[in-house]
Amino acid sequence: MKNIQELQQIATQVRRDILRMTTAAQSGHPGGSLGTADWFVAMYFDLMDIEPSRFTMEGTDEDMLFVSQGHITPVIYSTMARRGYFPVSELASFRKFGTRLQGHPSTAHGLPGIRMASGSLGQGMSVGIGAAIGKKMTGDRRLVYTMHGDGELQEGQIWEAAMFAGAKKVDNLISTVDYNRQQIDATVDEVMSLGDLRAKFESFMWNVVVIDNGNDMAQVFDGMSRAKSLTGQGAPVCVILGTKMGFGVDFMQDTNKYHGSVLSADDLPKALAQLPETLGDF
Amino acid sequence: MIRYEKQSMKELRAGMGEGLVEAGRKNENVVALSADVKGSVKMDGFAKAFPERFIQCGIAEANMVGIAAGLSLCGKVPFLGGFAEFVTGRVYDQIRQVVAYSNKNVKICGSHAGISLGEDGATHQTMEDIALMKALPNMTVLVPADFNQAKAATLAAAGHDGPVYLRLGRSKMPCFLPEGEKFEIGKAQLLSEGKDVTLFACGHLVWEALQAAEALEKEGISAEVINIHTIKPLDVEAIVASARKTGAVVTCEEHLFNGGLGDSVAQTLALRCPTPMEYVAVDDRFGESGTPDEMLTNYHLRAADIVEKVHAVLKRK
Repeated sequence: MKNIQELQQIATQVRRDILRMTTAAQSGHPGGSLGTADWFVAMYFDLMDIEPSRFTMEGTDEDMLFVSQGHITPVIYSTMARRGYFPVSELASFRKFGTRLQGHPSTAHGLPGIRMASGSLGQGMSVGIGAAIGKKMTGDRRLVYTMHGDGELQEGQIWEAAMFAGAKKVDNLISTVDYNRQQIDATVDEVMSLGDLRAKFESFMWNVVVIDNGNDMAQVFDGMSRAKSLTGQGAPVCVILGTKMGFGVDFMQDTNKYHGSVLSADDLPKALAQLPETLGDF
Repeated sequence: MIRYEKQSMKELRAGMGEGLVEAGRKNENVVALSADVKGSVKMDGFAKAFPERFIQCGIAEANMVGIAAGLSLCGKVPFLGGFAEFVTGRVYDQIRQVVAYSNKNVKICGSHAGISLGEDGATHQTMEDIALMKALPNMTVLVPADFNQAKAATLAAAGHDGPVYLRLGRSKMPCFLPEGEKFEIGKAQLLSEGKDVTLFACGHLVWEALQAAEALEKEGISAEVINIHTIKPLDVEAIVASARKTGAVVTCEEHLFNGGLGDSVAQTLALRCPTPMEYVAVDDRFGESGTPDEMLTNYHLRAADIVEKVHAVLKRK
């Protein structure tokens, strides 16, 4: 296990990657990527039972993660590359013609570590349920994780899936919601309020873990560990992960401005100045 | 011409149901999912034989598609079943993203397809499903002609690695193909040779095409009947060869003009050997309530309608 400080350093580098990738591509979604960087690093570098060098589609005897809000590819790809799924240098190809690093996750271009396309929202929990049932059927005791945006929960299919997982006791599934309260048009409350999210999941027969500050590595670690300890008890587990969209760069934080828009080449150095290079840029 | 006897009247969906049980016996990885219609889509036999491999999804088709895709990752061969409209049109984007684009080994069984569904009316009578499914890269589209072939197609789908859409009707229809005949995905099935016109047919309309060919024979017109049970991948060579031989083509299907078998054949002929052609299909309209017989007759999908189109196309030869 890596210590908290090491994980924080990786997360800082991931944030640099996110900004450099999206500015180079002049497209992509830095906001949610920055906000969830701590969670992704904690998951890929410690919490998940995975072996990048032996990636298979089947994922037998491995934990699986499905990122349902596929637009946060910058954080997904950076974390995966830093973890060893593919060369870090390949991050430079993000969103460029011919790349394996498609704008949204794809299985069609042979990128190791991606098992399912996502981007059209609301579908990842269903996929995760299928994989979780498949693991149970085959006697595989590893876990299935899904990750969702909070705005994404406005999709109806999420609630079909949530109802299924609760009713059918899919208790090897942990679904995390990036609760940053921002979406592309405005705040989530302004667009369409989620109400009492914890109560919603509990009424769908899930166990719920709340992580108040998902940009605090220690809290992420504790909360996700608690979520893991709740598996196998007859209910799926939901983690409500409080984050700040754009976390790590003061002028990008707590706004939806950078949900789907990127820094200019001129503004990039100002942001990078707040994020010291820790592992070497790609 | 070769004559085919009506052995019995049977539902194609029931052929799928029998095929699924057999596929389940042969391969323990075959699993089935349904959205509160396991009886209607004839998955109850599978659910009874293999209760631990049947997943009841409730009335939530979108979630069912995702679950099937997830299951396929773990080496399972999921067959999901529902009314054709609700497992194609209703969930088109789900199929597009996690089945077709992700290229997963998921089999979509669409029962109650076409206008012969009858009394339920237009909300349930999909006549666009072939168009929707064949538009998706990676998707194989199968439209068997009778009960026996539906069973064989189900077994073939189970043995095929990749996404498959299997189109099935609800109503009892003539069963006329041999039991146990092997189903070859992508291979057109020559049912009866002829020299004046080719009838390319799929699904319930294959029987009508055979009846039409018999009627035409009495008029001295020799019709070739070819069952295009695989709309995609299309057997282009068989279509071109027959069109070259007869010089006139009529397509027959229980689907809209737009995007069905007729369009696949027309595209092939336009590119490879332009040939006078007519469609027997439904012309840009929704269905309505009525008995299956009334629907097929009033929407002009009968042998007599095929004969009429043959007369029309022969004048253009």
